[in-house]
Amino acid sequence: MTASALIIDVTLWGSVLILGFMAWRRGRVVLVSSVREGSMDFINIVPRIALGVIGSGYIAAVIPPEVITGWLGPDSGWLGVLTAVIAGAATPGGPVVGFSIGAVALKVGGGSPQVIAYVVAWALFAFQRMILWEIPFMPAKFVWFRAAVSLPFPFLAAAIAMVIGKP
Amino acid sequence: MLRHKGRTKQDAIASPANPIALSEPPLKDPAPADDAEPKPRRARKPVGWSMIFIGALVAVSAALVWRRDGIDGVLKILSHDLLLFGEIIPRVLAGCLLGGFIAEILPHDKVSRSLGPESGLKGLLIGTAFGAILPGGPFTAYPVAAALLTVGADFGATIAMVVSWTLIGYGRAVAWELPILGTDFTLWRIVISLPIPVLAGALGRLVFVRMHPKDEPE
Repeated sequence: MTASALIIDVTLWGSVLILGFMAWRRGRVVLVSSVREGSMDFINIVPRIALGVIGSGYIAAVIPPEVITGWLGPDSGWLGVLTAVIAGAATPGGPVVGFSIGAVALKVGGGSPQVIAYVVAWALFAFQRMILWEIPFMPAKFVWFRAAVSLPFPFLAAAIAMVIGKP
Repeated sequence: MLRHKGRTKQDAIASPANPIALSEPPLKDPAPADDAEPKPRRARKPVGWSMIFIGALVAVSAALVWRRDGIDGVLKILSHDLLLFGEIIPRVLAGCLLGGFIAEILPHDKVSRSLGPESGLKGLLIGTAFGAILPGGPFTAYPVAAALLTVGADFGATIAMVVSWTLIGYGRAVAWELPILGTDFTLWRIVISLPIPVLAGALGRLVFVRMHPKDEPE
């Protein structure tokens, strides 16, 4: 985990340096104004991130993962898909929690289309990621629009999984 | 100065197709001028109702934790989250700087041509590919997506990018999904997810045009 964190930081700051160099080659003014713009964004976003990080810890504590696993039982059919989608959106925590719940559901006999719907819904709507990252950074209108437009797709993914079956 | 530049650029684009635009510029703004006309900077929203809603949700959750686990439970979560916050914050800075550079370096006219409302399927595919290969985590994806919006990408292409990043971005799949859910399931899931970013972007465009008919070119 520390190794992957290191890789993330290296690629991240490496990209910052490369783009910063490109901006600098356009001229000092471009570099200064983009750094100023980025820093202003940062200053504006810190309180939102603080609220998101600290807040989502409490929200996650109120919704323990066991509750979510319960929703992902071996209930097949479209009702199972629907609960899987709600469970995906309601799953607290990061990728470890989301994928582990999916793995547990597969083990205890959850159908593959339902688990697919769960993972896709988690990727699209996980409330913690939306609260913590998407809403602070993106225009609010975009976030709600994006979420609304994404609504059919966990169901589509489940339907495809039902049609083509397991690999 | 900026205003002047934006105006001439817009006229250059508008005049061959629609010479009338020269005589009545403020009324018939073609799409590219929308972000060239006001200062092309992200106007930071003040604390909106989303934040108020989240704040209320957090307060209720914290109160529930306090009733269940007492003050110790509240402090334990607080200290854990403060540590996490300290870990995340340098990455957020890096993400914001990336967004700032991208907004400054990328030429607006090119972006709005390849990712704008008129970019068609190609724009959605570019957005999808960009989201899939974008390195880092949410601290890069969202600032970069916001920067793309300010330099002329439309909602459709940006939706394709964000959805592609969450669904088929390699970073999360390799780091978390493969080890936890296994290769077979992960590959199967990704193959099924492949069309979703483009479809979501296309649906987004379709709905957006219906909601904002004035943005539609005549």
